[in-house]
Amino acid sequence: MTGLDQVFVTLKHWLLGQLANILPNGLLPVVSVLLSIAAIIMVFASLFAIMTIMERKGLGRIQNRYGPNRVGPFGFLQPAADGIKALIKEDLVPRAADQVVHLLAPVMLVVPALLVYAVLPVGRNMVAIDFDAGLLFFFAVGAASELAVFMAGWSSRNKYALLGAMRAVAQMVSYEIPLILSTVSVVMLTGTLSPVKIVEAQAGHAGWLPDWFVFTPWGFAGFVLFMIAANAEANRSPFDLPEGESELVAGYFTEYSGFKFALFFLAEYLSLFAVSGLGITLFLGGWQAPFAALDFVPSWAWFFVKLLGLIVLFIWTRGTLPRLRVDQLMNFAWKFMLPLALINLLTAAVWHYMPPGMPRWLVGGALVVGPYLMLGRGLMAGKHISKRTYRYAE
Amino acid sequence: MLGEGIIKGMAETARNFLGSYVSDDRLTTVQYPEERTPQFENARQFPFLVFDGSDPLKGLRCVACQICEKECPPKCIYIVKSKDKRPDYKGQMQLYPVTFDIDLSVCMSCQICVEVCPFESIKMDTAYELSTSDRFGGLLVSKPQLAKPNDHYRKIHPTDAALSDAALAAEVAKAQAKARADAEAKAKVAAEAKAKAAAPNPVAPVVAIA
Ligand code: SF4
Ligand code: SF4
Repeated sequence: MTGLDQVFVTLKHWLLGQLANILPNGLLPVVSVLLSIAAIIMVFASLFAIMTIMERKGLGRIQNRYGPNRVGPFGFLQPAADGIKALIKEDLVPRAADQVVHLLAPVMLVVPALLVYAVLPVGRNMVAIDFDAGLLFFFAVGAASELAVFMAGWSSRNKYALLGAMRAVAQMVSYEIPLILSTVSVVMLTGTLSPVKIVEAQAGHAGWLPDWFVFTPWGFAGFVLFMIAANAEANRSPFDLPEGESELVAGYFTEYSGFKFALFFLAEYLSLFAVSGLGITLFLGGWQAPFAALDFVPSWAWFFVKLLGLIVLFIWTRGTLPRLRVDQLMNFAWKFMLPLALINLLTAAVWHYMPPGMPRWLVGGALVVGPYLMLGRGLMAGKHISKRTYRYAE
Repeated sequence: MLGEGIIKGMAETARNFLGSYVSDDRLTTVQYPEERTPQFENARQFPFLVFDGSDPLKGLRCVACQICEKECPPKCIYIVKSKDKRPDYKGQMQLYPVTFDIDLSVCMSCQICVEVCPFESIKMDTAYELSTSDRFGGLLVSKPQLAKPNDHYRKIHPTDAALSDAALAAEVAKAQAKARADAEAKAKVAAEAKAKAAAPNPVAPVVAIA
């Protein structure tokens, strides 16, 4: 069991041992870091390829289409064809664009998207840097993507790009707050900012439920808030206003073509995986198995199974929900998610100080459901939601 | 309650997702190169020139009147008139096109050339797989490629072809009737002239005597 669980860790140690014979001692830490980076890039870039084909096929089925089904068996080699196409396409840069910034923006977007993986524990002992303030690092680096998005929109000298970038910044700044606030309750209860320790805090089982934070009232509310905010951070439907095809061509990356365009997509999906991975780490028990009986499955497998589950959820919501309006987006962030996230801090505190048992569940549940219902009513107040009727189309 | 609609929507999309694997009736996509839907009778893609008889170039109905060339909105028709004339379907002497080119990449399938042609000679084809690997010469369709027999027109647009045939037949009948009437009138005039010449003129001798 430990053999398979630690197979990648042992592999890395073995490689380093071999290299120690031929390399000077000073270089070994650098090589060790490079090995981790290579693994992260390979794994998550191939996950990107897998997700694009899953998404296209899934959305197709949701809309009663086949989706791509020509390249390779059942179309599963479509990402390869897409990649080759992106590589050999002409790279167009508008003459009026700010050449340097225009070139830097996609790179600036991919780099933080990859950096955040450094602190993500994808399995037992499998984290590039076991960093005490990992969570802080994650959000600090992740916030750099807003800058890159605005660089792309501003340097393109295109009205759609600029509008998209402004929407993106407004949206990302608004949703960053509930995103971070929903994680604060986890930090409060575990008393650490280190993702590795947070995962360890969720080991064990309470009855038939694992000790994951999502199985507590505050954890569940926090998880839902976190996922909604993550969806908005990743600019995915229903929060895809910054790149709404029907309004802004492609939003802030309208003026990009060829491989730079692909880089934007890569960065978007990478940050989606990263933020989902963080959600798994914080609320879904990280790489822990749900039942003790399933412990024989390697820890990294559990992480990726959970990640795939969240990806399916993201695709499903994308296939279901229509895009919000800008005012609805802002109302939702500031009038609904922010108060709920604040109340959730209180719920977490109450949960922590009450003794285990039924009353704790009742109080915690009430503190989650009550504000949800009231704030939901507040959000819908003054809106006449009725069945829409159409004059001509029926 | 807030969120109710989202749950309902998610259930609906899940139903569609699973349903598309269970029943093939849901999937409306036609797998194009292997499967095709039958074409509608009034489908139209690109014009062709109708010819009668067996020789495509001799039997062209087009008389190079250049109306279509002038009316075509994107100006993708190019016609060069002939110097000599030849009889058309009615036997009337007419010009014919020496060159008749249509630029496939410019034509927008508007059918205006067909509407304006007074001679039933240009019609819309239904073939739609018109791609070519030669983007210059291959996209300029010339007279030999444009010429297609009337039977082809009857096959792709039966209703319109019947109307067109009837119109032409009526024209021919009218022309023949006119020719017959002309011939009769001519014969009558000739006969009268003959009769006049043959019959003795009662006045003339008198004049002559006088
Ligand atoms: S269909 Fe329209 S565009 Fe095409 S040749 Fe005829 S008139 Fe021109
Ligand atoms: S196709 Fe018709 S309109 Fe065009 S030149 Fe020939 S006879 Fe005239």
